[in-house]
Amino acid sequence: MTINLKVWKQKNAKTSGSLETYKVDHVSPDMSFLEMFDVLNEKLVQENKEPIAFDHDCREGICGMCSMYINGQPHGPLEGVTTCQLHMRTFNDGDTIVVEPWRSKAFPVIKDLVVDRSAFDRIIASGGYVSVNTGNAQDANSLPIGKDKADMAFAAAACIGCGACVAACKNASAMLFVSAKVSQLALLPQGQPERESRALNMVAQMDAEGFGACTNTGACAAECPKEISLENIARLNREFLGASISSTGV
Amino acid sequence: MATIKLDAKVPEGPIGEKWTKYKSSVPLVNPANKRSLEIIVVGTGLAGASAAASLAEMGYKVKTFCFQDSPRRAHSIAAQGGINAAKNYQNDGDSTYRLFYDTIKGGDYRAREANVHRLAEVSANIIDQCVAQGVPFARDYGGMLRNRSFGGTQVQRTFYAAGQTGQQLLLGAYSALERQIGKGSVVNYSRHEMLDVVKIDGKARGIIARNLITGELERHFGHAVLLCTGGYGNVFYLSTNAMGSNVTAAWKAHKQGALFANPCFTQIHPTCIPVSGDHQSKLTLMSESLRNDGRIWVPKQKDDKRAANDIPEEERDYYLERRYPAFGNLVPRDIASRAAKERCDAGYGVGATKMAVYLDFKSNLINKYGRAEATKLGIENPDLDTLIRLGKEVVKEEYGNLFDMYKQITGEDPYEVPMMIYPAVHYTMGGVWVDYNLMTTVPGLYCLGEANFSDHGANRLGASALMQGLSDGYFVIPYTIGAYLSAEIKTKAIPTDHEAFVEAEKATRERIEKLLNIKGKQSPESFHKRLGKIMWEKCGMARNEKGLKEAIAEIQALKKEFWSDLRVLGDIDGFNPELDKAGRVADFIELGELMCIDALNRNESCGGHFREEYQEDGGEAMRDDENYMYVAAWEHKGESQWELHKEELKYENIKIAQRNYK
Amino acid sequence: MSWLTKTLTSSIGKKLLMALTGLFLCTFLIVHLIGNLQLFKNDGGYAFNNYAVFMTTFPLIKIVSYVNYALILFHAFWGLYITYKNRQARPVGYAVVKNSSNVFSRNMAVLGTILLVYLAVHMSDFWYKYHNEALPYVKYTEQISSGNIETTMMETGYTQEAKKVESLNEAAGTKTIIVKDLYSVVSFSFQNILLVLFYVLSMFAVAFHMFHGFQSAFQTLGWSHPKYTPLIKGIGVWVFAVLIPIGYAAMPLYFYFLK
Repeated sequence: MTINLKVWKQKNAKTSGSLETYKVDHVSPDMSFLEMFDVLNEKLVQENKEPIAFDHDCREGICGMCSMYINGQPHGPLEGVTTCQLHMRTFNDGDTIVVEPWRSKAFPVIKDLVVDRSAFDRIIASGGYVSVNTGNAQDANSLPIGKDKADMAFAAAACIGCGACVAACKNASAMLFVSAKVSQLALLPQGQPERESRALNMVAQMDAEGFGACTNTGACAAECPKEISLENIARLNREFLGASISSTGV
Repeated sequence: MATIKLDAKVPEGPIGEKWTKYKSSVPLVNPANKRSLEIIVVGTGLAGASAAASLAEMGYKVKTFCFQDSPRRAHSIAAQGGINAAKNYQNDGDSTYRLFYDTIKGGDYRAREANVHRLAEVSANIIDQCVAQGVPFARDYGGMLRNRSFGGTQVQRTFYAAGQTGQQLLLGAYSALERQIGKGSVVNYSRHEMLDVVKIDGKARGIIARNLITGELERHFGHAVLLCTGGYGNVFYLSTNAMGSNVTAAWKAHKQGALFANPCFTQIHPTCIPVSGDHQSKLTLMSESLRNDGRIWVPKQKDDKRAANDIPEEERDYYLERRYPAFGNLVPRDIASRAAKERCDAGYGVGATKMAVYLDFKSNLINKYGRAEATKLGIENPDLDTLIRLGKEVVKEEYGNLFDMYKQITGEDPYEVPMMIYPAVHYTMGGVWVDYNLMTTVPGLYCLGEANFSDHGANRLGASALMQGLSDGYFVIPYTIGAYLSAEIKTKAIPTDHEAFVEAEKATRERIEKLLNIKGKQSPESFHKRLGKIMWEKCGMARNEKGLKEAIAEIQALKKEFWSDLRVLGDIDGFNPELDKAGRVADFIELGELMCIDALNRNESCGGHFREEYQEDGGEAMRDDENYMYVAAWEHKGESQWELHKEELKYENIKIAQRNYK
Repeated sequence: MSWLTKTLTSSIGKKLLMALTGLFLCTFLIVHLIGNLQLFKNDGGYAFNNYAVFMTTFPLIKIVSYVNYALILFHAFWGLYITYKNRQARPVGYAVVKNSSNVFSRNMAVLGTILLVYLAVHMSDFWYKYHNEALPYVKYTEQISSGNIETTMMETGYTQEAKKVESLNEAAGTKTIIVKDLYSVVSFSFQNILLVLFYVLSMFAVAFHMFHGFQSAFQTLGWSHPKYTPLIKGIGVWVFAVLIPIGYAAMPLYFYFLK
């Protein structure tokens, strides 16, 4: 098949960018979306044109590195998949596809489709952990965790930190990401000692990074490649408000 | 230069007491001194993140480096099936010794006993640590941890979190690391690639790293440098590794004097999604855990064109169950891979390319899970549809994400038709040579996790890579690094304007400029593809003398072409993935040559290394313990020149035998 | 910053204020509707006009209604402020957007602004007139024994100090009250087709605003539960986005077509 692309090109964070048009021939339906970009980049190199920069790594949907906003949707039209798992069989011969980077004040563009998502790391560093030094742990089975709780915690922990939630949200809010981590640890007994401070600190850091506020539109969960549920956002609200009221810090 | 003498520094004493004794006698660094000792950790996967977090918790000043945009992206994240630990929670006879034994045997008697025993000893602590961090392992209704089996074992000792165990473990280690970053005790440098080790007076004292966003070269000092940079499977171009996984850091260390051990020991994983075309950029693994419930078969009839579901039971050849009745579908990876290749080569392969075998869940889905669920629900004489429906629910819970992934990639629904699988490069047992302390032959330079060679011998058992990465990082290096750093407390931080740093940076810059200035016609990617093809065909699942010799010549020619016809577009002083790739491919080419040399040197078949000249009549690997029971550690002596050093392996606690999974 | 300001100015806190004020306004919607249902009574506005007096004189109600006005304004302007801040979180927009969220949820600020304009018109139509303009007065004479009420318009220019003048004629067995005739103002206003249309369309805005708003407030409060959330969503849709707007819209339509 032949695919027409409109891809965001931007030299670096300081310059502004624009959509450039490309055409890719001989696209196989079995190719992944990123493999189609490989083909395009190889062609560009042959034409002595600088290839398009895009983030990608594991190409099996788990590392969270790939991040393309395809035809108005993060990770493209399919539900529950990342860009690397989107295959060209989803598109038709002759389609025009618009590809843009994640857009958020907190995710500045580095180049073309590559953005800086270190804000997520800083949010985790502000409280997305259980403070347990190596060697402190008790026997793993001394802490029974009911299967339902364990499963819910796991479902929240499945977040890959790709940032599609931010990209999808009209407010560029990071609530789904933050709520997934807060939920995972709030659901587990291990997370209890720091439960309050975690919710407070992570939300404070999230706000400091310049993400927008959640207005419950649900776009994040609808576009999440790991199908993290909105339930988690409600839980984060609960955790945060509860912690604000009951924590002893003045 | 003094000739290198390999000393594994294995402590004296009975195997079960070595580590305990070592821990209580290793020199310590007092808390005040730790604060003035700086450690560089390159790579933030399971080994790197766990090491950095643990060392920072102890009080050391740590810097971490990763080429990805976040430490959480390291490829450990993609590990699916599980992590082994000798907990014996299933009461099925597991023990530290049994894990030790299985690992040595699984590795075809080419691993160092003392290291493996230590690994088995700390395995249980890893699970405790991870659970304490909030890693959501699978649990039973009563709240206790669940286990499943992996290849090469007869107990259930694998802990897991659906098909995302690596992700959950890495996020645990990552959160521990981020906690230290938040405290300021670790400074993290993302999108940074290590491009050289800086040595001063023979000791590793820092690194040169390139900021991949600005292109700037940076100098970083450390009293010790830890390489936790993963394996080199991408030398084959197509592998289950991430696109960015590379050998560069390990290779730079190798060129600075760290010996590279057993490079030809590569693991070909039996259950991957087969290649679909030339455009393919990577291969996707289907976890070994699927072999718990999936049965592998091909048609009994050659070139059978019928659809899988149309082939009746009696016309199917469950060749693993037939050849290895004791372990059946759960034989180790090297054996399962070769058996698949053997069937396909003999003309029994399935699918469009005939280079695939079936992995079929139907019978267990119906008979094992469907029936169990029906009994649980009190359904008497359930019909087939009910059994399938009930079975599906259970299978979904155990492997749901893998099934979805398979469907996404191939467009076929594995609940309905059997999966098609074929072996693919997955893991590299070889790596930088390290002693018992995990120190390389360069003092102060350590190597952890998949990047080192130490624990898996010639073949790694499933669910052992996560175990090794975390064992090295959480429980080994925090002790063993004391042995070195306790003698370094008087060493003040060396300013990075020291001439060694200046020179290293200059050499790195020159190399980068050289890559950019060739201005030839071919992309880094195209060279990588060609290298991969040579490696897969001639140094892949089966090797022979003729092929290896050809490969060496071809690689040398490819290298020449690379350095004369490479085209790298983009700027030196900005974000430039082409340039990053070019540097990595250059190193892969050199490594590829060494792998072939090592494979050629090892005139035996063992584990993942199968030399066609050395096999028994039945096609089983023929090991040569007489002549090759050693670690082949290669010293870089100049372009295309290496000197072999041997570390003899002694087995005092295990009776060596031919691996028997029948 | 005290913990309270810190909480309330955080992104979640800001939304909490929207949720709490929003839910308060939801109760107002119910109360106001129930009160105004008296417009449908065929009693010449007796019940409705009395109700108007009660609402504007009973001290507690007065306090509540001023709180209500304040919260409406707060809810509106705070919402616009949040929207403005949220816009800043994405300085460069997308070329193509394919939304996977509900259209109302994305346009709460637009709907809210429509409602603010509506409220301004509505308040000036009735509330302002009732309080500040010379409204006609009406006299209701109730036959105590039978409960029959006789309605008499007071002559133009009539005015009185108190909102309600009540007198008892024991001999005649009648009770007389004189009040401002808001009912006829309403009735008169809704003879204007443009105003009727404006009111009805505004009720669509109410419906859409409530469609997202009601359940969203619970989500913001963190009250989410697999058992109860479907119920909340159901109430949000069927009560607040359907029943209540229909109830309100029925009033102008009733006067336009039936009176």
